[in-house]
Amino acid sequence: MRLPILALLAHGPAHGYELKQQLEKLLGAAYPQPNVGQIYVTLGRLEKTGLIEGEEVEQESRPNKRTYRLTEAGREAVAAWFEDTADEPRVRDEFFMKLALAPRTGMADRVALINRQRRQYLNTMRSLSKLAAAEDRDNRVAQLLIEGAMLHLQADLDWLERCQEEFE
Amino acid sequence: MSRADRDRDDDAPAGTALLRAEGLTRTHRGEGGPVHAVRGVDLHVDRGEFVAVTGPSGAGKSTLLHLLGGLQRPDSGRIWIDGRRVDGYSETRWAVLRRRRVGVVFQFFNLVSNLTVADNVELPALLAGVPPRAARETRAGLLAELGMDGKERAMPGELSGGEQQRVALARALVNHPDLLLADEPAGSLDSRGTREVLRLLTRFHRRGQTIVLVTHDARMASAADRVLSLFDGRITDDAPLDGDGPGGGNGRRGRGVSGVLGLKD
Repeated sequence: MRLPILALLAHGPAHGYELKQQLEKLLGAAYPQPNVGQIYVTLGRLEKTGLIEGEEVEQESRPNKRTYRLTEAGREAVAAWFEDTADEPRVRDEFFMKLALAPRTGMADRVALINRQRRQYLNTMRSLSKLAAAEDRDNRVAQLLIEGAMLHLQADLDWLERCQEEFE
Repeated sequence: MSRADRDRDDDAPAGTALLRAEGLTRTHRGEGGPVHAVRGVDLHVDRGEFVAVTGPSGAGKSTLLHLLGGLQRPDSGRIWIDGRRVDGYSETRWAVLRRRRVGVVFQFFNLVSNLTVADNVELPALLAGVPPRAARETRAGLLAELGMDGKERAMPGELSGGEQQRVALARALVNHPDLLLADEPAGSLDSRGTREVLRLLTRFHRRGQTIVLVTHDARMASAADRVLSLFDGRITDDAPLDGDGPGGGNGRRGRGVSGVLGLKD
């Protein structure tokens, strides 16, 4: 959560609850939202490491709120984040180990493992389709997030098919 | 079961199954020797069910669908539609059955290229003896529903792939068939066209349309109530889908949706 929060603050100062709302609006209901507590904890850590600065703002008839701004070091961290490429997603390694080890143990059948895993992926795919249908069509970022998850799942399913071709 | 019992069973309604098949086989005789495309498939599809058939290319998916729609003949095995044994039907009887009770859509639409959109959709209705006025009304309703208002006089060649598939869907549904067979209906469409076809199939399914869909696309397959996996001409898994609860409707294992959508800390 650290870098997305820093990146949100690159747009201008904000307080914790505003950041939560900005994330929700940007990513849509599909994205599992961090709770506001997580955001406050992250903000505390970022402030300790000097990437952001907090300032108490007085409010009429309400407790003070703390607004955060990006420091120069924070801005550099965001720039470095954008500069860097992201890691590739990993092959589902736990399933892979089951598949590899099943015949040695004599305790599981490879094709049965594949079928069970396929059912799980298909059910997840179905839930993603429902999320995509429920999500605002004009929220392109949210739709792309769901579509990305679907394409990953499709790749996992294609790979299961390859496994089945080998072991059937 | 004795031979006599079997014969008596031939026209017996099979519970609620709208479509039932037993022991279907089909071998293609190609240049490289015989290809066993379908090797002993049993299946049943209840009325109102949406069943997807998936599997790698060459697994026999399309052949199976063609057998179910009478577009190819099985070497052996039996097929019932609404309790009636149909595998012995002649070409003509199958043609009538497809006109009235079994709609089919294909990957490449198969529209009549020198007829307008409206004529393509109305033709099967007119051939089935529906009065022209009623055929026009049904056609207009379907095209409006499919978002094809104003395209009635267009020729198929003037439409995008997604639009042509919507016309093909209207044509397949114009006689309110009991069963819709769809063979890779989004196989030649882009991502947007695929979503559109999927949305429409889901909508007709919700209204009670029975659908058998052959697809390689897991997104399409996951819209079904049940997914049959076909490998090497045999059904190797028959998976009912739920997907309603949190975490992919399968709370026992994995994190489902939140697992695939959640970004790392």
